[in-house]
Amino acid sequence: MSILDWLSKKQKVSPQAEKLNIPGDLWVKCKSCSEVMFIKDLEKSFKVCIHCEYHFRITPDERLSYLFDKKSFKEIDGGIKPIDFLEFTDTEPYKKRIELAQKKSNRSEAMIIGEATLNNHPINVGIMDFSFMGGSMGSVVGEKVTRIIENAIINKAPLFIFTSSGGARMQEGITSLMQMAKTSAALSRLSDAGVPYVSILCDPTTGGTSASFAMLGDIHIAEPGALISFAGPRVIEQTIRQKVPKGFQRAEFLLEHGMVDMVVKRKDLKQRLLDIVTLLGVQEG
Amino acid sequence: MNHLEFEKPLIELYEKIEQLKSLSKTSEINLDQEIEKIEKRALMVKKDIYSHLTPPQIVQIARHQNRPDSLSLLHLMSDSFVPLHGDRLFRDDPSIVGGLASIGGHKVVVIGHQKGHDTKENIYRNFGMPHPEGYRKALRLMKMAEKFKRPIVTLIDTPGAYPGIEAEERGQAEAIARNLKEMAAFTVPIITFVIGEGGSGGALAIGVANKVHMLEYSVYSVISPEGCASILFRDATKSDLASASLKITSEDVVRLGIADGVIAEPLGGGHHDWNAVSKCIKNQIVSDLKLYSKMDPSDIMEERYQKFRNMGQYSS
Repeated sequence: MSILDWLSKKQKVSPQAEKLNIPGDLWVKCKSCSEVMFIKDLEKSFKVCIHCEYHFRITPDERLSYLFDKKSFKEIDGGIKPIDFLEFTDTEPYKKRIELAQKKSNRSEAMIIGEATLNNHPINVGIMDFSFMGGSMGSVVGEKVTRIIENAIINKAPLFIFTSSGGARMQEGITSLMQMAKTSAALSRLSDAGVPYVSILCDPTTGGTSASFAMLGDIHIAEPGALISFAGPRVIEQTIRQKVPKGFQRAEFLLEHGMVDMVVKRKDLKQRLLDIVTLLGVQEG
Repeated sequence: MNHLEFEKPLIELYEKIEQLKSLSKTSEINLDQEIEKIEKRALMVKKDIYSHLTPPQIVQIARHQNRPDSLSLLHLMSDSFVPLHGDRLFRDDPSIVGGLASIGGHKVVVIGHQKGHDTKENIYRNFGMPHPEGYRKALRLMKMAEKFKRPIVTLIDTPGAYPGIEAEERGQAEAIARNLKEMAAFTVPIITFVIGEGGSGGALAIGVANKVHMLEYSVYSVISPEGCASILFRDATKSDLASASLKITSEDVVRLGIADGVIAEPLGGGHHDWNAVSKCIKNQIVSDLKLYSKMDPSDIMEERYQKFRNMGQYSS
């Protein structure tokens, strides 16, 4: 692209960008294709860009409303809260980070668990919230994942976990690492109990989360374009100076490499999950 | 031998001793008294340095080029050792070794991360950073142990999983996760020793054990101090601060209830006396296995499960 092309393109874009600022929250710009759309249209399309199908990151509440029967979600153990047992301070104290995230999200941690129904089928649900400290897994997230697995072992209803997490929470040190073992161990008991577990990998699912419960589903579903990896592209480029190819570690790449069963658009997800539940989830005899 | 920076005062004394020794040889002056005096002082300085080690200094010892490696320790402590290779799926990963062994009369399956002691070895061993096939080899051996009712002994010494394109392509997240899940359900006892670096998921992938022991100057961490510094502190030069904040020393990890005990090392670190290190590990294996030989297999599994189930600190 020549500088002149670039300038003329920039001129074409900027009036839209300016308009964007005037009506407040009526318009939104796609992070992927930079096209602008009416926020109502975006919401109607499950927060998927109407131009390029980029899947925006969404909140646990939005996920619940897109998939499950209205008001069917009953939260379990919403009250467990993180503690700063290492008295960890990086650029900010961990305590302060927790408070800030709790205030912003109105939740105690980066995950909610509970029971809901999907077209009247009971389901055990766990949803991670990337906006809460990068969806990182410390003691509380590890405990919640384990408790929803234990809940599923008892009630025998299928388990869906929606992951969106940068990995283990460094501020809780080695204890965060052990949450990987704890959740994976619980899943071994869920397997023995014969309860189906569907892992829905959303953007992004990396580090200790992908190297534990996220990759241990009976069925793996990825959201289009989701980054799914152990060591993310930046870590690879920084540590071993290897440039990663385009599309590397995206959902479609994982499908090609046999790590997920399917990549499903958000608008089709409910039907897909229903099919799976009817084919696998209802106990025979 | 490579000396660590914080040992500088000690090294200066050692050099002085050497100088005096050669002087007394060439000049025929008896300097024995002088030498003895400095040797005494050197011992005091050494004791002093090693009783006040900071976490970043412990990290340096854990990464010492002459730190005893898994294969050497296995050879030293085994009455017999049969190495086994390959994951039967892709290739043999030289950064994880394993095989059948007899240790103090106990027939066991052994697995360990393998580092090298020089550049050539380290390149071959990929600096002890496994690819997915390493974890899958480990799992293959552990399943064999379960099949033939042999206890499992693992030695952890890795900077972490290899952050490379091929390792990602072949599903290293899945390989690590699979090991965590399967290890939880084995009915044979699993005894783990962190002998050097316990780096993140790559370490834990062979570390879901009934007993986790740490050598005195080993570390066990969710992320390398360098990684933590660049991500959280936004400053790669702050790794010393990160290593202190993360609480990764054997003493801290035991205090946090994640490791069961510390195995003392010879003064100045295990790299001075591999034999002594191997003996301490062997004694621990023998005493642990004595205990588990009387335990019901399902209780052994349950003990391991509950141990990890109860890890985590939160307010309810």
